Amino acid sequence: MMNYVWAGLMLVSIVCAMATGRINEISAAMFTGAGDAVTLVIALTGAMCLWSGLMRIADRAGLTKKLAKSFSPFLRLLFPFLEPESEAAQAISMNLSANLLGMGNAATPFGITAMKELAKRSQNNGTATDEMITFVVMNTASIQLIPTTVAMLRSAAGSTAPFDLMPAVWITSFVSLAAGILMTRLLGGSARTPLLQQRRNPG
Amino acid sequence: MKEISAWVVPVVVALILLYGLIRRVPVFSEFAAGAGEGVRNSIEILPSLIGLITAVTMLRASGAIELLEQGIGAAAVRLGVPQEVLPMILLRPISGSGSIALLENLLKTCGPDSLPGRVASVMAASTETTFYTIAVYFGAVRIKKTRYALPAALTADVVCTVVSILSVHLFFQL
Repeated sequence: MMNYVWAGLMLVSIVCAMATGRINEISAAMFTGAGDAVTLVIALTGAMCLWSGLMRIADRAGLTKKLAKSFSPFLRLLFPFLEPESEAAQAISMNLSANLLGMGNAATPFGITAMKELAKRSQNNGTATDEMITFVVMNTASIQLIPTTVAMLRSAAGSTAPFDLMPAVWITSFVSLAAGILMTRLLGGSARTPLLQQRRNPG
Repeated sequence: MKEISAWVVPVVVALILLYGLIRRVPVFSEFAAGAGEGVRNSIEILPSLIGLITAVTMLRASGAIELLEQGIGAAAVRLGVPQEVLPMILLRPISGSGSIALLENLLKTCGPDSLPGRVASVMAASTETTFYTIAVYFGAVRIKKTRYALPAALTADVVCTVVSILSVHLFFQL
């Protein structure tokens, strides 16, 4: 899928640039884009390391296990085959908490850890498991309690009550998350996992 | 509210450190070990991000988004999508920084409490940059076959657009 999407994006761009006479712009864009990616990763690395270090402390102190326990009813719904206190469940809980609190730069390193734990549970032959996809969709449709960035932009533009759209944000992110998860269950194919079914003895 | 969000990060960091000290975790050496993992993760996500960001930058420079906007614009507006929000709907799944820049501009021209201003704000706050998230997370574990991840995530994006328009109408009667 990603192969075609990626090649498609580039080819469509090149054809469009030819048609609209932006051939110089597109050549320049290729290399600025590649450079921008490096700049972005360098800019993110500090925060990534900081949160990965703090997460390790939380993990050693048993804090992430506690967090996973409190998230377990929700996690059981989304990941019916995941043991509630596994490393993967702990990392997913950390990622969820970071998203809820609006700590975007913390959610990414926790999420990568979660993906690595989920990968350990699969044969890891380069194919995404249903659990990985559920987790990624959960993150693309992020649930945020306090929309800090947007509120900051709104107040900079002169809004009198920049946070007044919080209920609308909650409803929107909840409904779109539910729609995304529903799609993962519909498209899940052979390894289809019922939304509400629990498996008693994982193995 | 603004104060609360500023407090979140320092309080979380203090909690983790205190909890670690109480449980007698060698906090500094564990921190360093974890941070090392962070460096490796950064390097691992770099190749797929270069691929993605290059493609997105090319798409934006090519004028394809404007063409698409002209193509589906009239139909979308008839369905009740505010005209001003269209570019953001198209850019939101592929570029985080690009759509934030669009939002900033839209809030200035239409006003933060206008219908398009509110719809764009709700949309920006209720979803992540889909392509970026997929590239980073699957890139970090070298997944080549993402199966149905993209269709499911894009469904969530479409639903997000629809519900953000509906919920702004519902809550603000604009």
